[in-house]
Amino acid sequence: MAPSTSSSVTLNINGEKHTLSVDHRTTLLDALRERLDLTGTKKGCDHGQCGACTVLVDGRRTVSCLQLAVASDEREITTVEGLADGDRLHPVQQAFLDLDGFQCGYCTPGQICSAIAVIEEHAAGWPSAVTEDVRPEAGPPPLTPEEIRERMSGNLCRCSAYVQIVQAVARAADENRTETEETAA
Amino acid sequence: MREFDYRRADDVSGAVALLDADPDARYLGGGTNLVDLMKNGVERPARLVDVRGLPLDRIEPADGGGLRIGATVTNSDLAAHPGIRGDYPALAQAVLAGASGQLRNMATVGGNLLQRTRCGYFTDVTKPCNKRAPGSGCPALEGEHHNHAILGASDHCVAVHPSDMGVALTAFDAVVAYETADGPGELPLADFYLPVGDTPHRETALPPGALITHVTLPPAPVAARSRYRKVRERASYAFAIGSVAAALDIGGGVVRQSRLAFGAVASRPWRAHAAERVLNGAPATAEYFAAAADAELAAARPLPDNGYKVTLMRNLVVAVLSELAEETAR
Repeated sequence: MAPSTSSSVTLNINGEKHTLSVDHRTTLLDALRERLDLTGTKKGCDHGQCGACTVLVDGRRTVSCLQLAVASDEREITTVEGLADGDRLHPVQQAFLDLDGFQCGYCTPGQICSAIAVIEEHAAGWPSAVTEDVRPEAGPPPLTPEEIRERMSGNLCRCSAYVQIVQAVARAADENRTETEETAA
Repeated sequence: MREFDYRRADDVSGAVALLDADPDARYLGGGTNLVDLMKNGVERPARLVDVRGLPLDRIEPADGGGLRIGATVTNSDLAAHPGIRGDYPALAQAVLAGASGQLRNMATVGGNLLQRTRCGYFTDVTKPCNKRAPGSGCPALEGEHHNHAILGASDHCVAVHPSDMGVALTAFDAVVAYETADGPGELPLADFYLPVGDTPHRETALPPGALITHVTLPPAPVAARSRYRKVRERASYAFAIGSVAAALDIGGGVVRQSRLAFGAVASRPWRAHAAERVLNGAPATAEYFAAAADAELAAARPLPDNGYKVTLMRNLVVAVLSELAEETAR
């Protein structure tokens, strides 16, 4: 096969398939924003340091500025545009609104995608850098404000809405837990 | 960014062949370091061989005990694995101390070992750098070097290796397995990184074109009581200015066995053998912990602006070993 500098890829975004030809240098972030008009995902540093471009790839939070579009072929991608159920906001979106988890809003789509993953990672029993005892027998750590701050540390907010962001993530996690318990009961 | 060819490898031999065919090719794992370096112009590959789809994403029991970690296992999956958290807790802690949740989901074990230094001169192509452009000089020696090496460096390069994971893997005698066009091979992590000397651009002993396939952790009962502590300039999501992976086995108040490795002090994760020699057989007290740190740091050659690291590492070693001793006493 002769070398080529572009490829056709199929991106499954928010449940909809998009097939497009991309220059291999295109990041997933630029494909979303510049090619597919999905501008909810924001470009901050473009070097994986700020978290503004966070999306979910196969359910896992990912900085889309360091993910090549060509390497995202056939992957399931969820952006902030795909979170609400019609007019009903995702519980994490609603919590950010209710508790003022932002000022300018630029980092917010990344914060929200990251928070959704944080709640899932915690529910799956993943420890964090502030978890005192990581051994499995210690059990999952409670999702304290300290745990939330550590787990959300990949998302910077220059308005420094951190206090309300932590509150919003805590409330959404509580609601998620209650809902899970009610479903189980 | 230079234009490049992209290939997705289906199997290990295919990946090695695709790389072998082009001297300007690079393996692509999570891309968290490589893609960034391509944006900066530090890396200019003509081809990327994507290895994320290879069947190297599992953590399995190793022959003879221990664990065999596939090279494309993500940092997140490594840190969440019950066997790692239970038997090698310092490794889980080290991984969790690095980067962010997003980056840990993308980054791979093989890529972690091969990531490049974050020295600001290395990542800025407008500056001289012996590691990036051999023979061009090292501005860090007289420039910005507050987070540079105090151990094992040379007049040619004083950059530090940024990995947290590698520090714990070094403490636990991990072995790197790789594949080449000429067949497979193995390198203990102790021999994986080359001395800096006058060739800082040559970083590892991997043969050209080699693909890391696994990292094996030998059985190490001492690792069950282990810790990783990292000091950085903010509370989270920053590279270390000093870190320690330590394990202690204490019986009757005496150290029976110890493991100690340092991060962010050298061009590679630094195994503290001199300190371990002092510790083994010594009383498990702060006095001996400090003597052990001093034995290792006697070789330190700090620069004008990073002498604080000697004190920092001494205090960090005493603190971590004291915590482990207290944990044993409980």
